Amino acid sequence: MDNNNNAVWEKYSKSTHILGRAVSAITVIMLVGAPFLIGKYLGAFPDIGATAKAFFSVGIVWTVSSVAEFLIYTPMLGSGGGYLAFITGNLINMKIPCAVTARDMVGAKSGTKENEIISTLSIATSSLVTILVLAVGVIALTPLQPVLQSPTLQPAFDSVVPALFGAMAYKYYRKNMSIAVAPLVVMSVLFMLVPSLVGSTSFMIIPAGAIAIGISYYIYKKNKGAE
Amino acid sequence: MQGASILSKLNSAPMYLICGAIVAFVAVVCVIFLIRAYRAGKALGMDTTKMKRVIVSSATFSVLPSVGILLGVIALSGSLGIPWPWLRLSVIGALHYETQVAQAAAEQVGMAKLSASEMTPQSFATIALLMSVCIMWGMVLSIFFNKKYTKKLGSDGGSGKAGFGDKAMTAMFIGLVSAYIGSYIGSFVSNDGLFSFSGDYLPLIVAAASAIVMALFVFLGEKKKLAWVDNFSIAGSMIAGMAVAVLVKAL
Repeated sequence: MDNNNNAVWEKYSKSTHILGRAVSAITVIMLVGAPFLIGKYLGAFPDIGATAKAFFSVGIVWTVSSVAEFLIYTPMLGSGGGYLAFITGNLINMKIPCAVTARDMVGAKSGTKENEIISTLSIATSSLVTILVLAVGVIALTPLQPVLQSPTLQPAFDSVVPALFGAMAYKYYRKNMSIAVAPLVVMSVLFMLVPSLVGSTSFMIIPAGAIAIGISYYIYKKNKGAE
Repeated sequence: MQGASILSKLNSAPMYLICGAIVAFVAVVCVIFLIRAYRAGKALGMDTTKMKRVIVSSATFSVLPSVGILLGVIALSGSLGIPWPWLRLSVIGALHYETQVAQAAAEQVGMAKLSASEMTPQSFATIALLMSVCIMWGMVLSIFFNKKYTKKLGSDGGSGKAGFGDKAMTAMFIGLVSAYIGSYIGSFVSNDGLFSFSGDYLPLIVAAASAIVMALFVFLGEKKKLAWVDNFSIAGSMIAGMAVAVLVKAL
């Protein structure tokens, strides 16, 4: 790499961080601000106490998961790709496989300048396609609103959460039954004996998660010892 | 009529305007990053045909998952309206994340379930705020640590291996799923009196249906090698489970 290239690279890299930080900060402000703006329009602001309570249950899980995602994916994506990927979301189901495919296609290695450029190109393109497909889709959906809001379809929309957990249960349980049995049984019995707990299921994630992690750690240690 | 009137507000022009402005901002950011990276690549002497191939392949790669994400917008539109899920799934979140966080917030504001029939302006604003606060950490960490972290890694790209960390994440999600599935079993068995077996069975049937469809997706993806079906696995299973709810209620 000659000096000219290094100078170009230094300049690009420096401005990527300035730009990346600025747009990430603006996006955070807009995202957190939007619910208040919407609240003003709807005539009721968010209940901060309820938000805090919910944050200390389900929020903790997702915060830990965000930290892990940041640590694992940033090296793969490089700086520009990293900033963009965390702004645009849909990491595991789209951005990561997309960037990895692009990188393999041109044979770029993690941590190189080439990878930095390729992954930024890939993630930016991928995000733009999603934005475009969803914009077209949403415009097409608007005339269908009366159908989507019809009383016949309401049971479907009221069941969106169980539908998600059914699909996720199969995905996570099938290879981890030995980990899943205990938390599932403990939680089922607990909810049978104390049905009023159903209203605070999101808090029960913490003990259920602790049981699962404990068992997983035991299996991990046992397998390591057997090696 | 609370459900219908709140939904019409959640689907009104000002909501599209607020959410659309943020989506547009992110789109502009993507265009800027794309052009900058392309120019820098050219200045560094990278092959432009290679870069163009990356752009074309990433675009084609993203079409199917994007359609899957669109199904997610439909799935959430019945309780949260169209614009907010559109914003969240276009630019920041992911379907499984958004649904869980929305449900947790709904519980905290005293709703029995995430549903338009129980939605009030305040509960919507609270749900929206929690969805934002829970997802922002990737961006916050990027603001403070991306530079240090990528510098420190230097030419060593990192292997992405996390040892037990990876397993702990899976276990945490198993716990999360178990808490909810357990709550469906528990409320069916004991909600209308301890061990009366007369509570609401619909969530259990829906969860079972979507699990079966998910199994079908996994079978097609792994055994039949139809890798593209994976793009629809979560949204497709959810829609199937939701369709079963309509059928059960109609019978």
